[in-house]
Amino acid sequence: MLDEVILLDAYFSMFGMRVRIALAEKGVEYEYREQNLLNKGQYLLEMNPIHKKIPVLIHNGKPICESLIIVEYIDEVWKNNPLLPSDPYQRAQARFWADFIDKKVNDAGKRIWYMKGEQQQAAKEEFIEALQLLETELGDKPYFGGDKFGFVDLALIPFYCWFHAYETFGNFSTEEHCPKLIEWAERCEKIESVSKSLACPIKVYEFVLILKKKYGVK
Amino acid sequence: MADELILLDLWSSPFAMRVRIALREKGLDFESIEEDLSNKSPLLLKMNPVHKQVPVLIHDEKPVCESTIILQYIDEVWRDKAPLLPSDPYERARARFWADYIDKKIYSTGRLVWATTGEIQAAAKKDLIDCFKLLEMVLGDKPYFGGKTLGLVDVGLIPFYSWFYALETCGEFSLIDECPKLVSWAKRCLQKESVSKSLPDQYKIYDHLMDLKKKFQAQQKF
Repeated sequence: MLDEVILLDAYFSMFGMRVRIALAEKGVEYEYREQNLLNKGQYLLEMNPIHKKIPVLIHNGKPICESLIIVEYIDEVWKNNPLLPSDPYQRAQARFWADFIDKKVNDAGKRIWYMKGEQQQAAKEEFIEALQLLETELGDKPYFGGDKFGFVDLALIPFYCWFHAYETFGNFSTEEHCPKLIEWAERCEKIESVSKSLACPIKVYEFVLILKKKYGVK
Repeated sequence: MADELILLDLWSSPFAMRVRIALREKGLDFESIEEDLSNKSPLLLKMNPVHKQVPVLIHDEKPVCESTIILQYIDEVWRDKAPLLPSDPYERARARFWADYIDKKIYSTGRLVWATTGEIQAAAKKDLIDCFKLLEMVLGDKPYFGGKTLGLVDVGLIPFYSWFYALETCGEFSLIDECPKLVSWAKRCLQKESVSKSLPDQYKIYDHLMDLKKKFQAQQKF
């Protein structure tokens, strides 16, 4: 029996991009369904009644929600090209850094375009600090996963296509503060599953302009 | 060679309680070092430099941080006894989803119930009861969220039982009236030694939370 795999997603979502990359890394064929987050469809609300958010992966009719949980599910079902290491300690470290990215990078990044003045400045500092910490964690390795692109790389790289928007609205350069991380990001972009899955930075910037207007943020 | 397990611990932390329960479920010996969060030890700062928080599990000198991550680590290293996660990937994803839901909702919403008053408290109380009712539905007719034995979700949620008296007293409601199934689930968990040994007395917790409440109100935190 062939697997039926459907992804409810939104082009600009970093969380959706994580799942797109994971599915591509595993060579899984799936149906991508773009969702309108301003007017959520009945199917999305049925499949994720708790959070009503994307991404949602629907595998043979059964929904899985929350991007990192989805990625771990994908890694466990399709065992080729593993995303998480096999050693329990290394897995715990990978989960730790993915959780750090969710808690620190995402939140600070959003506040950079959403806030102004002192709050924006604080968000910028937190964002850069988080990236610098990740840079230290990366060290001399080509990827967070070591020699191979892995779970932490996948968790972080989608934010890269949002950097241009953050930098423009926040008036700063990530490359200036975290050159090694930018090198890492450019290395990741050469991977087909990544380049196919990331949104265009210019389009992201234009999207954020629309969001700012919608929320009345100057 | 026997494993050396040290837990950087805090008697009142629901997150630390989770780890204590899991270690005891697995029958593991460990050393608990009580931390003073107002005066963090050099060991804590060395073992968790990023968040500087408890719990931290130090296994043969290697630290693991973040309670849900620690639970999964314990489950993966000591696979043979008392599994916390099922083997089916979909059921694992479901368990992780509900553990994540508990992480996102119960602590922050519960805290508003015991720490605030007025409209904020009223809204938080309604929200918390809704969360508990949802979890009751997820539990269904099973004895535990994990099925016949304690699972990741049970271990994630049961520490908040130690908040029940504080929640009911501050929020002026009765959990046994609002969520009877959840209360019977909690009592069922407490019959397990791993849980009863790991949870502090509800009245001690109430006094402790009321001290914290005074501090928050002084700082005008809410």
